[in-house]
Amino acid sequence: MTDTDNREPAEAIELPAGSRFVASGSPGLFNGMLSQSGSRGALMAFASTILFLVVAAVIILNSDAWPKVRNQFLNWEHFKASFPDVLAAFWLDMQMFVVAEVFILTFALLIAVLRVLRGPAFFPLRMLSTVYIDLFRGVPLLLVIFLLGFGVPALDLPGVPKSPMFWGIVSLVLSYSAYTAEVYRSGLESVHESQRAAARALGLTQWQALRFAILPQAIRNVVPALLNGLVSLQKDVALISVLGVREAVREAEIYKARTFNYTSLLVAAILFLIVSVPVARFADWYTARDRRARTKGLQ
Amino acid sequence: MNHRVRLEGVHKRFGDKHVLKGIDLAVAEHDVVCLIGSSGSGKSTILRCINLLETVDEGAIYLDGEMITRRETDPNLVRQFVGIVFQSYNLFPHMNVLDNVTLSPRRVHGKSKDEAEQRATELLERFGLSDKILEFPDRLSGGQQQRVAVVRALATEPELLLLDEITAALDPELVGEVLGVIRDLISDGMTLLLATHEMGFARDVATRVCFLDDGAILEEGPPAQIFSDPQMPRTQQFLRRVTEAGRL
Ligand SMILES: Nc1ncnc2c1ncn2[C@@H]1O[C@H](COP(=O)(O)OP(=O)(O)OP(=O)(O)O)[C@@H](O)[C@H]1O
Ligand SMILES: [Mg+2]
Repeated sequence: MTDTDNREPAEAIELPAGSRFVASGSPGLFNGMLSQSGSRGALMAFASTILFLVVAAVIILNSDAWPKVRNQFLNWEHFKASFPDVLAAFWLDMQMFVVAEVFILTFALLIAVLRVLRGPAFFPLRMLSTVYIDLFRGVPLLLVIFLLGFGVPALDLPGVPKSPMFWGIVSLVLSYSAYTAEVYRSGLESVHESQRAAARALGLTQWQALRFAILPQAIRNVVPALLNGLVSLQKDVALISVLGVREAVREAEIYKARTFNYTSLLVAAILFLIVSVPVARFADWYTARDRRARTKGLQ
Repeated sequence: MNHRVRLEGVHKRFGDKHVLKGIDLAVAEHDVVCLIGSSGSGKSTILRCINLLETVDEGAIYLDGEMITRRETDPNLVRQFVGIVFQSYNLFPHMNVLDNVTLSPRRVHGKSKDEAEQRATELLERFGLSDKILEFPDRLSGGQQQRVAVVRALATEPELLLLDEITAALDPELVGEVLGVIRDLISDGMTLLLATHEMGFARDVATRVCFLDDGAILEEGPPAQIFSDPQMPRTQQFLRRVTEAGRL
């Protein structure tokens, strides 16, 4: 009697959906990720993910169109055939990405600094940077690319570059700098006012206080946010393809138009993933490490 | 007499809050003037006004006889002669001790790196911090941080040092080491204006004590007089409360 009394509640806890499945399989696989919600929540998450994938696979693989789709999107011959061109074009994506990022990080910093300047003399600059940020955060990036990429060259101004790639990068820089400036600004505002007072009290000018006391701390505070922006820029570079620049997506489309097979697009997608996933993991790792370092400092 | 710093009828308002109500105060060379008074009476505000971290609304402040509360004054020049240390240490957390101390000598006073570091090292050694030179502030105790903050202010060779309750945030057993540093400065002949809650210390070292109440100096004089024979009822009341709290 006492025996069953003891066992029943225990069974009642272990009974729900995925528990048996995980007990025989890989216990605790997701425990680390979901530790707050407890191992039972992790089991549920794991089980439902598997269930979803299985159901989705069954539905897709049994659909009448699947053999045709597989041939259209996952054709190994086309994969091999399109790979070299797409890869070469992807190299251009990476170059544009690096150039854009360097300009974004510098230009955005300038905008952010203008925005936090004090004193009536700087009012026009403060206002200019505010207007800029509002403008470029408000307009979709794709629109900026269309407007600058097609609009400016069409003006046919002497001495102004006509290269679509140039204007594509300019669009990325203008648009991303508006967001990134706000990231920097949040960093600047996270540095306590007393740090500025301490620097000014030592006789440092407003600029020196910024450069030596405030900015180093501000930037350190926003590195995780900057890394996230980096991940997102890395794929948004592909938007420049709308201007006809032969980067990876464009190259894949050209292949697709020639062969009526979509596998080349998958090649491009995989290439972007190969770069972005490690950067994203690094961003997470850095953020976690940084948070640990800070909480340790507080104790 | 030649005054290092002199305040004449200084008024300060924050919005419609009247914080300083006509402060007259003079500090001569080698003076050690202590500002005492309850929290919110305006001690910090006086120090911040002298350092031009706040602008005064009325009245004037003179530094070595020259009026500094004018539009034309360059606050950075004033701050090259007036050092200030705050209650919370305000060291720069991203710089080690040596960089904290040499920042102003190098960037403001145009000293070479070597010269600045040599002088900084001497000062740090003198105040018992020689083994902390390359340490970052968050690895120092409160007392050590505050001593570094004093050294950082001294490294600019100020003619006048303002200290704003620099022991108030410290554990009691660390107060002594910081007060020791101030005693050393006084024996060097440094001119000091300090806000403090350490009445025993004020009585020991001050050449003059000013009791501040609600934005006005209610009573001032030599420490013996203020602490042993205060005239104003408010001063007596304040000192009684301080004595009860065990700080005298
Ligand atoms: N920046 C500010 N804005 C508005 N009010 C302020 C500001 N700085 C100080 N005050 C007010 O001015 C008054 C005097 O402040 P102050 O810091 O000078 O007092 P204190 O004598 O130094 O007090 P404590 O002993 O607590 O340090 C307080 O009432 C405070 O709230
Ligand atoms: Mg104060």
